[in-house]
Amino acid sequence: MQNVSVSVKDLSLSFGAVTVLDTLNLDIKDGEFLVLLGSSGCGKSTLLNCIAGLLDVSDGQIFIKNKNVTWEEPKDRGIGMVFQSYALYPQMSVEKNLSFGLQVAKVPKEEIDKRVSRAAEILQIQPLLKRKPSELSGGQRQRVAIGRALVRDVDVFLFDEPLSNLDAKLRSELRVEIKRLHQSLKNTMIYVTHDQIEALTLADRIAVMKSGVIQQLADPMTIYNAPENLFVAGFIGSPSMNFFRGDLQLRDQRAYVHVNGVDFDVSAYPSRAPFVHGQKVVLGLRPEHVRVDEVASGAAASHRAVVDIEEPMGADNLLWLKLAGQSMSVRIAGQRRYAPGTAVTLSFDMGVASIFDATSENRI
Amino acid sequence: MSDIVAFNSVAEEAAPKAQVDRVVAGPRGRKPRRALSSRNIVIYGTLIVVALYYLLPLYVMVMTSLKGMPEIRLGNIFAPPLEITFEPWVKAWASACTGLNCDGLSRGFWNSVRITVPSTIVSIAIASVNGYALANWRFKGAELFFTILIVGAFIPYQVMIYPIVIVLREMGIYGTLTGLIIVHTIFGMPILTLLFRNYFAGLPEELFKAARVDGAGFWTIYFKIMLPMSLPIFVVAMILQVTGIWNDFLFGVVFTRPEYYPMTVQLNNIVNSVQGVKEYNVNMAATILTGAVPLFVYFVSGRLFVRGIAAGAVKG
Repeated sequence: MQNVSVSVKDLSLSFGAVTVLDTLNLDIKDGEFLVLLGSSGCGKSTLLNCIAGLLDVSDGQIFIKNKNVTWEEPKDRGIGMVFQSYALYPQMSVEKNLSFGLQVAKVPKEEIDKRVSRAAEILQIQPLLKRKPSELSGGQRQRVAIGRALVRDVDVFLFDEPLSNLDAKLRSELRVEIKRLHQSLKNTMIYVTHDQIEALTLADRIAVMKSGVIQQLADPMTIYNAPENLFVAGFIGSPSMNFFRGDLQLRDQRAYVHVNGVDFDVSAYPSRAPFVHGQKVVLGLRPEHVRVDEVASGAAASHRAVVDIEEPMGADNLLWLKLAGQSMSVRIAGQRRYAPGTAVTLSFDMGVASIFDATSENRI
Repeated sequence: MSDIVAFNSVAEEAAPKAQVDRVVAGPRGRKPRRALSSRNIVIYGTLIVVALYYLLPLYVMVMTSLKGMPEIRLGNIFAPPLEITFEPWVKAWASACTGLNCDGLSRGFWNSVRITVPSTIVSIAIASVNGYALANWRFKGAELFFTILIVGAFIPYQVMIYPIVIVLREMGIYGTLTGLIIVHTIFGMPILTLLFRNYFAGLPEELFKAARVDGAGFWTIYFKIMLPMSLPIFVVAMILQVTGIWNDFLFGVVFTRPEYYPMTVQLNNIVNSVQGVKEYNVNMAATILTGAVPLFVYFVSGRLFVRGIAAGAVKG
């Protein structure tokens, strides 16, 4: 393992009878931006708190910069942390908030001043230094919170849902800023979120978690285009992937997924193993991988469907249609409008579809 | 606001603009209301009656304490004094007889100060650290420790008095102020610890985590982060302790010798002394003097008290 920054080995954590993390393994490369993504209660924040040293682990080890820090105090781990609620010390000015950690560490005064002003410059909070946290807006507070990690010159930044308390506009602004910060600092960053947009835009790699287990660890495009199992496929993407339950049928040198009397030709699907006739499967199609009144490349068959509801979103236009007895969503360009009731022809990009085994729920 | 404007103008496209504006801005001016509604009469009437009921004894006390004995013997206790005299107050403070000596309540006052001040400070100092440790540093056995402490609060005092007398005697501090201060400190511990634990548990946990990541230890977090945020709860604890210890009679009479008797015990001795005439005016003055300290504390910090009680009680 070269250049591993944070390494988690066989980590387990349980509170009484409840297992929150189950023999979890994770290696994070130096300078990598890793996002832990999952819905609430999946253990992502718990994992982050374990890495920070704020929770004692039940079993397993944590290494930061090849040093076993499993039982080290948070301050000795070379980490800085940014919290969802900002967690600024309310009675201290911004400047004091930034320098508190350095004062505790007994860093010389000139060095503190230097680092505080550098952090303030990077985050553009110089005019706020004398203010109290209560006099700042949400975005400014979170900037100060990031600054608090910045001044300590740490190896690893930990973000615990840092943007969840901000409104949508600020969130996207600060998201870009965090990305810029990572590009200029090149520190290792571990970022916990339940927001898939944040995950997809920020991450070098995403670890999708469920019930204390990492479901898939890969770069955002792989997660999006080739989800490893049904959970990941359903969790990522908005609106989510269309799923069709059916069985595989092999006829005349071609492969079909047969759903409620409708045959989806999946011959173009790059399957990992040869198809087995009669296998129960789930076919997953992203809304943007469906063509309306066009023929997808390599698509052999097209299907008739009727537009049920139209949701124009500006850049995109979202159509809800009925196919094979169930509702499905289709994303098309914003300027192409279809009134409800219009009959359309659908064809599918099977090359980028996903097919999962119905019982194991894993990609095939 | 702009959303509402937009919504309304769509909904009531036909309505004149002025009317829409008025709906959006809401009615102007004071809401009309009648001062003498039957509801108000009942509410204020009840409040006034209750207030009078509680104030009447105080009124009688103040009036009586300002009268001379001949006037009191006339028996009209509600009448204001014909001739105001401060003699009873001076006597109660400086020369009333309390059992053995006749130097009034002044000795008891200073004894009470010497008991209350250290007991309050020590008990709050210890209990706040207890509460902080229980709320934030969940050490092994914290729950058990806390449970035992709380159960301790429910054991009747009477059960513990004699054992404590023995313990103090064995320690060689029975009958001293030190002994009484220790007893007050210990007996204040359960309720104060509960108070502080709940308050600290109500502070955002992420603040504590942030301070730990910043490298602050147990005491640094306590003094630099927690204390500055906890003024209201300290005021509550201070009021509880000052009034509780000042008003204590039982411990004062059991665990000290006459020369260290607190003010409450001396007040009892003045009022209940059987020799001579009952000097009602002196008794009243002495009672008001004894009650003045808790009263003063309530008046000065009442607002903080309410705020702190609410903060400590609701969360945690």
